[in-house]
Amino acid sequence: MTAIHSLAAEDLTLAYGDRTVIEGLDLLVPPGRITAVVGANACGKSTLLRSMSRLLAPRGGRVLLDGKAVHRLPAKELARTLGLLPQSPIAPEGITVADLVGRGRHPHQRVFSRWSAADDAAVAAALDATETTPLADRAVDELSGGQRQRVWIAMALAQQTDVLLLDEPTTFLDVAHQIEVLDLLTDLNRARGTTIVMVLHDLNLAARYADHLVALSGGRIHAAGEPADVLTEECVRAVFGLESQVIVDPTSGKPLMLPMGRHHTAPRADVLQGTPGS
Amino acid sequence: MTAVVSPPPSTVDTVARGRVRRASRRRLVITVLAVAVVVAFAVTLMVGRTFYPPGDVLRVVLGSDVPGASFTVGRLRLPRAVLAVVAGLSFGLAGVTFQTMLRNPLASPDVIGITSGASAAAAFAIVILGWSGTAVSVTAIVAALGVALLIYTLAFKDGVAGTRLILIGIGVAAMCKSITSYVLSKAGAWDFAEALRWLTGSLNGSTWEATVPTLIALLVFGPVLLGQTRNLSALQLGDDTASALGVRVERTRVIAIVAAVGLIAFATAACGPIAFVSFLAGPIAARLVGPNGSLLVPAALVGALLVLVADLCGQYAFGTRYPVGVVTGVLGAPYLIYLIVRSNRTGGSL
Repeated sequence: MTAIHSLAAEDLTLAYGDRTVIEGLDLLVPPGRITAVVGANACGKSTLLRSMSRLLAPRGGRVLLDGKAVHRLPAKELARTLGLLPQSPIAPEGITVADLVGRGRHPHQRVFSRWSAADDAAVAAALDATETTPLADRAVDELSGGQRQRVWIAMALAQQTDVLLLDEPTTFLDVAHQIEVLDLLTDLNRARGTTIVMVLHDLNLAARYADHLVALSGGRIHAAGEPADVLTEECVRAVFGLESQVIVDPTSGKPLMLPMGRHHTAPRADVLQGTPGS
Repeated sequence: MTAVVSPPPSTVDTVARGRVRRASRRRLVITVLAVAVVVAFAVTLMVGRTFYPPGDVLRVVLGSDVPGASFTVGRLRLPRAVLAVVAGLSFGLAGVTFQTMLRNPLASPDVIGITSGASAAAAFAIVILGWSGTAVSVTAIVAALGVALLIYTLAFKDGVAGTRLILIGIGVAAMCKSITSYVLSKAGAWDFAEALRWLTGSLNGSTWEATVPTLIALLVFGPVLLGQTRNLSALQLGDDTASALGVRVERTRVIAIVAAVGLIAFATAACGPIAFVSFLAGPIAARLVGPNGSLLVPAALVGALLVLVADLCGQYAFGTRYPVGVVTGVLGAPYLIYLIVRSNRTGGSL
C-alpha cells in the first residue's frame, strides 16, 4: 500500500559557518523500518536530521530520496513524501487541535484552492490514529505535554508522507508519555509501513523501539545496524565516554545499557546476593 | 490498518463541522466589518460643514452634477474618504503581515521604523527637493525597503531573533522621526499642517493625485499578499515546520516584506504615517475573529474602519479639528504600553 522510498546520505558534510558538524557521512535508511539515531550532545544528530529534510544545505555530498538529491526537489513535492517534526514547533496562540492538524495539509493544497473532502479525511485519519479526536475542538495551549506531542504527530500524519523524521519526539515528556509516543510511532510503522527516522536521547528506548540503530560520534557513524549489534559496552565507551554494562532486557530481549558512574556501582556479586550497593 | 487509511465517518464529520463553524465565524466578522466600512465611508461623504443627504451623495459619486454637492463631496470629501479607506486597508494588511511573519504583535511596521523611514523620505522629497507625485512614492518605497534591510541586517546573528529585531527597529524608528523633524525645521517655511502630516499622519488636503497611486499599489500588492496567506499560516508554526511543510521560507519572507513595505510606502507618501493603524489592526482583528483562520482580510478592514472613524472623530468630535494620526495615536499608545507591561510581567520575550 505504501510506496517504498529509499532515503540515503552520500558522503555528506554539514557545517555551520566554520564549524564542521558532520563529515563524509554515508547512511542508508532501511525502508519501511524504524531507525533511531543516538549519540552524545552536539554530535550532529539533529543537524543530520535537519539536512535530510533539507532544512540545512550540505557543504559536501548529497541526501538522496529515491535516488534524487532532496535539495533539488520542488519543496512541495518533497513535503508530500518526507515529513519532519522539528524539536520545538510553535503553536499559534489559541489555535484549535483540528486547525493545527489541518496545517499539515499544506503540501497538498494550492494557493487559492478550496479545502477538499480529502483534506477533511486526512485530518480525521490523523486524529484517529493519534487518539486525539476528542480534543479536536480544544485549544492546543490547554493541552498537557503528552497530548500536545500527539497533536504535533497528528499534524505530521495529516501530511501523509511515507517517510517521517522526528527530532527528539519524547523530550520533555514523562516516562509514560514517552512510551505512549513510541508505541504510536510503532503502530504507524506497522500499519502503514511508514519509514521512521528519529533522534532519541534515551539509549535504552532507542534500542527497544528501533529496528535499526545508528550511533553517531564526532560527526561520523560509529556503528549502525541491529540494536543488539550496535549497543555494546565498547560502543557506549567510544560514543559517550562512559563505562557501562549491557545486559539483555528481560522485558524485550533487546540490549539494555546500565551506566557505571563513580558511585553506587557495587560489585556484581553483591547485587546477585541481594545486598544493597555502597 | 484500515482504521488508519479510512477514518470513521463520525471523526470526518467532527472535523468538517468544526472547520465550517470556524470559517463561518470568520466570514461573519468579515461581513460585519465590510458593512461598517461602507457605512463609515458614506458618513464621511455626508457630514461636514454642510450636510448632504445620501441621495445627493450617491448622485455625485455616480457622476451627476449636483449644485454645491458636486464640489464639496466630489472634489473635497470623496478623495479624502477614498484615501482613508485605501490607506487603512494598506496599513492594516501590511501590519498584520509583519506581525504574523515575525510572530509578534510588536513587530508591526510602524513600531519597527519602516513607516517612519517612508515618512522621513517623503518629507525630504517634498519639502527639501520640491518633488511631487510618483517621485515621492518611489523615494518613500526605496527608503522603506532600505530601513527594512537595515533592521534585518542589524538584527541578523545566527538567524533573526524577533526581540532583537524589534528593539533595533524601535531605535531606527526614533532615528527616522528625528530626521523628519530636522527636515521640517530646515524647510524654513514651517508649515504646521504639513509638519503634522509627516509626523503623525493626516488626511487634510487629500487630492486625487495623491490617492490614485496608493490605490494602484493596493491593487498590485494586496493580491500578492493574499496569495501568501497559506504560506504565512505555515510560517506561524516556526521556520523549520513551515519548511518541512514545503514552504520556501526565505522566498515567502522576501515576497511578504516587499509587498507589505510597498503598501506602507505608498500609503505613507500620500497621508503620512497614520499612527499605530498597522499596529492595532491585527490584534483587534484577532480579537474579533478568534483563532479561526487567516487575519489578513479582517485586519485590512479593521485598518480602513480605524482610519475612517478616527478621521471623523478628529474632524467633528472636538472643538478643534485634529489630524487623523493624533486620534489613532491616542488609541495606540496605551496598547503599546500594555503589551510591553504584559511581556515584562510574564517574564517572556517582547
